[in-house]
Amino acid sequence: MPERKVTVVADVGLHARPAATFVRAAAKAPMDVWIAKPGRDPVNAKSILQILALDVQQDEMVVIKAEGDGAEAVLDELASIAGSP
Amino acid sequence: MTLTGAGVSPGAGHGPAYILTASVPEPPEDSAHTGDADAEKERALAALRQVAGELEARAARLDRPDDHASGGAGREGANILRAQALMATDPGLAVGVEALVDEGVAAPRAVFSAFAKYRDVLAGAGGYLAERVADLDDVRDRAIAVLTGHPLPGVPAEPAPPAEPGGAPRPYVLVARDLAPADTALLSRDVVAAFVTERGGPTSHTAILARAMGVPAVVGCAGATAIPPGTTVLVDGSSGEVRPDPPAEELARVAGVEGARRAALARAGESGATRDGHPVPLLANIGGPQDLDAALRHGAEGVGLYRTEFLFLGRRHAPAAEEQERAYRAALAAFPGRTVVVRALDAGADKPLAFLPPPGAEPNPALGERGLRLLRRFEDVLDAQLGALARAAASETAELQVMAPMVATAEEAAWFARACRARGLARAGVMVEVPAAALRAASLAAEVDFLSIGTNDLAQYAFAADRELGTLGDLQDPWQPALLDLVRLAAAGASETARPCGVCGEAAADPALACVLVGLGVTSLSMAAAALPAVRAGLGEHTLEQCREAAEAARSAAGPGEARAAARACLPALDRLGL
Repeated sequence: MPERKVTVVADVGLHARPAATFVRAAAKAPMDVWIAKPGRDPVNAKSILQILALDVQQDEMVVIKAEGDGAEAVLDELASIAGSP
Repeated sequence: MTLTGAGVSPGAGHGPAYILTASVPEPPEDSAHTGDADAEKERALAALRQVAGELEARAARLDRPDDHASGGAGREGANILRAQALMATDPGLAVGVEALVDEGVAAPRAVFSAFAKYRDVLAGAGGYLAERVADLDDVRDRAIAVLTGHPLPGVPAEPAPPAEPGGAPRPYVLVARDLAPADTALLSRDVVAAFVTERGGPTSHTAILARAMGVPAVVGCAGATAIPPGTTVLVDGSSGEVRPDPPAEELARVAGVEGARRAALARAGESGATRDGHPVPLLANIGGPQDLDAALRHGAEGVGLYRTEFLFLGRRHAPAAEEQERAYRAALAAFPGRTVVVRALDAGADKPLAFLPPPGAEPNPALGERGLRLLRRFEDVLDAQLGALARAAASETAELQVMAPMVATAEEAAWFARACRARGLARAGVMVEVPAAALRAASLAAEVDFLSIGTNDLAQYAFAADRELGTLGDLQDPWQPALLDLVRLAAAGASETARPCGVCGEAAADPALACVLVGLGVTSLSMAAAALPAVRAGLGEHTLEQCREAAEAARSAAGPGEARAAARACLPALDRLGL
């Protein structure tokens, strides 16, 4: 399955506004999208509650995965959001 | 029947009562639906979608720049609401709700239980995540309220419709046990004519926000939520009186006073001064560059308190020097040739900063390592801030003054003054928030260039009464004669050493108390920008001698209520102008 590895650089980690922006973008994708910390079980990238519970802090790496038509573009967009300050 | 509380934001307002219900009851554990699982699922999901839509609509209103007290708080509020909207339509939550309904659970209980799963995870994680539990509970309660028909928690989005066809919409009098800042941050004067709460004291969020919005408010008003919804209520934010079903002539009289008040505000001069010309600079409290517009609009003569820690709340690392410099320069540039007083990072207790952690667990954070105590432990952070301030000031004409929070001794004052001088900062001062500092004000003042009294913390420490506890509101009342005694001592100590002594607590925002503070010897007043016009008008109507008489009368009183009444009796123009 196509994936992107990206380091979260925002001060607040993948919480608050970055998390909301991320989930909003993921929710627009037609296919399932997953996000995980390396080596851990992935969670639904369209779920703000699961992403909050993932508790991604600043400087932590995440893996984002999606499969299907347009998956590459979706992953590029999500990786850029997760990697933005 | 008239109810009475503490008037904390002056002016009069009236309108139909909007009673904020305290909480949505938990749906019974054994509640089952009648059999059509698909219809029940749709009912639950529709309720969640409705809640998300309402939250989004409120967030959109916050984006409108003139709709709220401050641009920063507005954007912050919009972010919180949008995240809550996402929680309501969370796909994982929906799956949980559907599974429960399939087991026969009725929609309200299914929503409650589905939320409980996430609630436990967040609460168990502690820290930032645990704080999100309140957001989650709010979403849950809204959805359950939609499903059960229980009155929805939350504030009105629109004013009440006109009383008669063709009339004007009527802003509500918002009545609640207590108000959450996330709720109140959304409100505008178009929607709310006045606030009345049963709990809370003069430094509660409701009081501070109401003053920032320029909306009359009464807090600590027992029995207020028993007023029937829709009843016309008249609220006097100066006297603290709340009157349901007022007679028509009373409404007319209040309208007349309100007109006089607005006229007085409009004609108040540019500089703060007593009627006989004794100058008292009137300054604004700000939390960042986003508050500068309001400060300038309300005629601030400078900044009396720049709370720099608000720039950095929620940060994991100390902000870069350039970022600090920009934020400081913005304030200095807004007030060319005027005074800008910046408070060094005031972290600890109720304002923790991740990069300034206290050295260990503190059973009483308000009495722990906070303010200057913490800065002495993290000297590099203080030095970086002072350096950024010095560079920002170098290219501006405003006079930069820097002060330390939470100073107790002359030794601490001397230490801070040396740190400032080492960075080339010419004017260093200290805050008087600890009774010890007020008692020995002259020895502290001798080490620095000015004093600034923070009345909220000074009350907290003088009365051993946590300012976060609404139930201790009486003890935090800035009219407490013992607090006025401490202000008098601090001002006298500063005067002995020919140093200025300002007040930058919320006390300065009350037009009557502002006159009293001047009478006690305070030389400048700093407050939420929206309070400036009323304070300027009140001060301009009275002589310095009247202010001194009012101060003496207040200090001679037995308690805060008597002190306020005695002082106001010496300041006759306030009632006439409805201030």
